[in-house]
Amino acid sequence: MNTVPKSGVAHEAQALKIRRRRFNVSLLLGGTTIIFWLIVALVGPMVAPHAPGQVVDLDVFSPASSALPLGSDYLGRDVLSRMLIASRFTVSIALLATLLAATVGVFCGLLAASSGWIDAIFSKLFDTLSAVPSLMFGLVVIGSLGASIPVLIGTLATVYSPGAFRTSRALARNIAVLDFVTVARARGETLSYIVLREILPNLVGPLAADFGLRFVFVTLLLSGLSFLGLGVQPPNADLGALVRENIAGLGFGAAAVLVPTFAIASLTIGMNMVIDAVSGGRRAGGRR
Amino acid sequence: MIAKRVGGALLTLFLLSLVVFAMSLLMGGDAAEAMLGQNATPEALAGLRAAMHLDQPSWQRYLAWLGGLLRGDLGVSLITKLPVSTLLAPRLLASLQLAGLTAAVSVPLALFLGILAAVRRGSLLDRAISMATIGVVSVPEFVIATLMVLIFAVRLHWLPALSSSRDFSSLHDVVRVFTMPVLCLACVVMAQMIRMTRAAVCDALDSSYVEAARLKGVPPRRLVLGHALPNAIGPIVNAVALSLSVLLGGVIVIEVIFNYPGVARLMVDAVSTRDLPLIQTVAMIFSAAYLMLVTSADIVAILCNPRLRHR
Repeated sequence: MNTVPKSGVAHEAQALKIRRRRFNVSLLLGGTTIIFWLIVALVGPMVAPHAPGQVVDLDVFSPASSALPLGSDYLGRDVLSRMLIASRFTVSIALLATLLAATVGVFCGLLAASSGWIDAIFSKLFDTLSAVPSLMFGLVVIGSLGASIPVLIGTLATVYSPGAFRTSRALARNIAVLDFVTVARARGETLSYIVLREILPNLVGPLAADFGLRFVFVTLLLSGLSFLGLGVQPPNADLGALVRENIAGLGFGAAAVLVPTFAIASLTIGMNMVIDAVSGGRRAGGRR
Repeated sequence: MIAKRVGGALLTLFLLSLVVFAMSLLMGGDAAEAMLGQNATPEALAGLRAAMHLDQPSWQRYLAWLGGLLRGDLGVSLITKLPVSTLLAPRLLASLQLAGLTAAVSVPLALFLGILAAVRRGSLLDRAISMATIGVVSVPEFVIATLMVLIFAVRLHWLPALSSSRDFSSLHDVVRVFTMPVLCLACVVMAQMIRMTRAAVCDALDSSYVEAARLKGVPPRRLVLGHALPNAIGPIVNAVALSLSVLLGGVIVIEVIFNYPGVARLMVDAVSTRDLPLIQTVAMIFSAAYLMLVTSADIVAILCNPRLRHR
């Protein structure tokens, strides 16, 4: 903290205060955004004023009005209703994929940390997986299996499980050498007891932060794939697909393209703010 | 040590070729059926399968494919019937131009901003930079590109929204074609690089030998350039290589948005037409480039930090 050598005690105290205030503000702002999107994903489709596929406006890309709060899209459909459906697709697919990636990654990571030869195999396997650029991997898998929601979730989970594996393996290795684990081993506890009851409880905090970070990456990749037309397929749409189908409205600044764009940004930035606030903001950037 | 890293990368590349080839086995139906359409006679299908060696067991086909790849024989596109290498060559050149220009713009700028942010840590400038980079890192590339098109092409009419033109008759044309895609890509790559550079320089500035130099009365400029920076070079070069690997993903979206005729654009088209030989080749090229960047990052880190050599 002390870049200026003559910084006094008062200066330090003030810096601490500023940091604490920023901590609260970014946690509050980010947390509110995340909760807002979770609620939208949960109840949104139920309160949508129109069916997502219904053409309600003769005009396309019409501006916001009292009847259509967010205007209409490239076919004259209600943007608000489509947004409500799309955020459910984005949030639920991203959550499921993150959950799957984290479960597989953490499970393998814990196994690897507790046994030498499993470690060698898994490390090589996950290293190979992570050597494919993530969007390229998505393109290849979807190119050969076709785009469907299960394939999409599987692909996203596969792309991001190596990251979860590496994090949990590194964390677990540090804990596996501590005294209480050695004691448990000496007691003759089984491997599953040691992993689940001794090691795992100590990883919950860092792994939660890692989960949030991975959720951001998954959302970004999902939106990217959908934007390329390889994600959620019509008639359904997620936020990235909404941007794609309404990109022609960009020329006149239509809400149909701007609202989903800002929705993706707020979701990912909100999550990043929460993680930054919780983990103390010392995380160096990394997209994988 | 370095040989071990290179060997590891080659092994990974080999495993990757297995994965990429396995993808083609996963794909339902076979290429001969796809080429001849629905009303093909069984004899024609069998003939084409034999001609394409599809009747051989998969491990033989894998060896043949791998051998062709190593000899530079990349196979023939299923859709256009042209050799993949003919399709690829001009696209590869175009993509390299784009990537090269982006790197040339973003690396010096990102290093400058990253070091500046680290030196002025806690200042308004530092906070502005870190807010901006968090914002850019957590937004998909196409959002940045969309916003830039909105601002520069739609509102200000400064630049064209597409860069498919290949007319390089004057400098003006070159600038018009490249500015937008390069700007978008540079934004994405720089955000990463700035954050990692800042972290590396901050670490060096926090060390006790810099503290000692500072107490000795070394002027700030020499403190940063002469004392802190040489030790931060390893992590910084590492950061540069890793950020440039992000370029490989970003380039896909950017080429599609700006309709730029590069390799990634070719890949996306190949995926939508399920042109497997093309998909496999491009996937291998991208993965090899990615591995090369990551491995060179590792090697530079080893070269710059003698302590790593003896681990």
